[in-house]
Amino acid sequence: MTSEVRPVFLDLRKIRLPINALVSILHRVTGVLLIVSIPLVLGLFALSLSGPEGFSDAAAALRHPLGRLLLLGWFWLLMHHFFVGIRFLLLEVGIGETRQGSRDTAWSSLAAGVVSALLLWVLFL
Amino acid sequence: MSLLSGQRAWLLQRVTAVYAGLYVFLAVAWLLARPPSDHAAWHALVTQPVVWLATALFLLLLLLHAWIGLRDVVLDYLRPASLRLTVLVLAGGGFLLLALWGFWILIEAALR
Repeated sequence: MTSEVRPVFLDLRKIRLPINALVSILHRVTGVLLIVSIPLVLGLFALSLSGPEGFSDAAAALRHPLGRLLLLGWFWLLMHHFFVGIRFLLLEVGIGETRQGSRDTAWSSLAAGVVSALLLWVLFL
Repeated sequence: MSLLSGQRAWLLQRVTAVYAGLYVFLAVAWLLARPPSDHAAWHALVTQPVVWLATALFLLLLLLHAWIGLRDVVLDYLRPASLRLTVLVLAGGGFLLLALWGFWILIEAALR
């Protein structure tokens, strides 16, 4: 054990994340939130399969204003995690390893998540 | 947790990611192209053998993927060790319950 005091800087308000760090931490955040959403999704899935009445109840829940809002958020969680996940897989096979390349793929995956979430939301409702 | 750590977990996380990604892509494409109009159509789609098996496998691999990812997050950010262990035990139990519930939904649908 060393007695040297090492500097610690963890002021989250002052840390400026580069774009690749931002999409990376959002990949973790969206992953955890997607896990939290699993019981809701399974509940809806069970309801929709329980019978004709359950099916229309589930459909109605998704068309309710709160349901629509949650669905938009959920689509973003899913699509962000999806596209940034693809970015990580590409990085591991050596695609986008340069500084500019990694910035480009970070911006692209962030944008793809947002755009596809909105698109799915519009198309499904 | 030596069964699911290190390189094995790393590899499994990627394999499950690819399967889950493909499943989600195909599911979204199918549901957009042919949205089930009523319970009968939806039930028929879910219980079609290929879809049913693909979905059961998806559930299993997704929960493995989620476990590995959550474990990484917990090990990176949570201290002290007692809090870590508590969260991991609760999460592991939760994932087991979700797996049982998910498979129960699928089996029930197939028997209906």
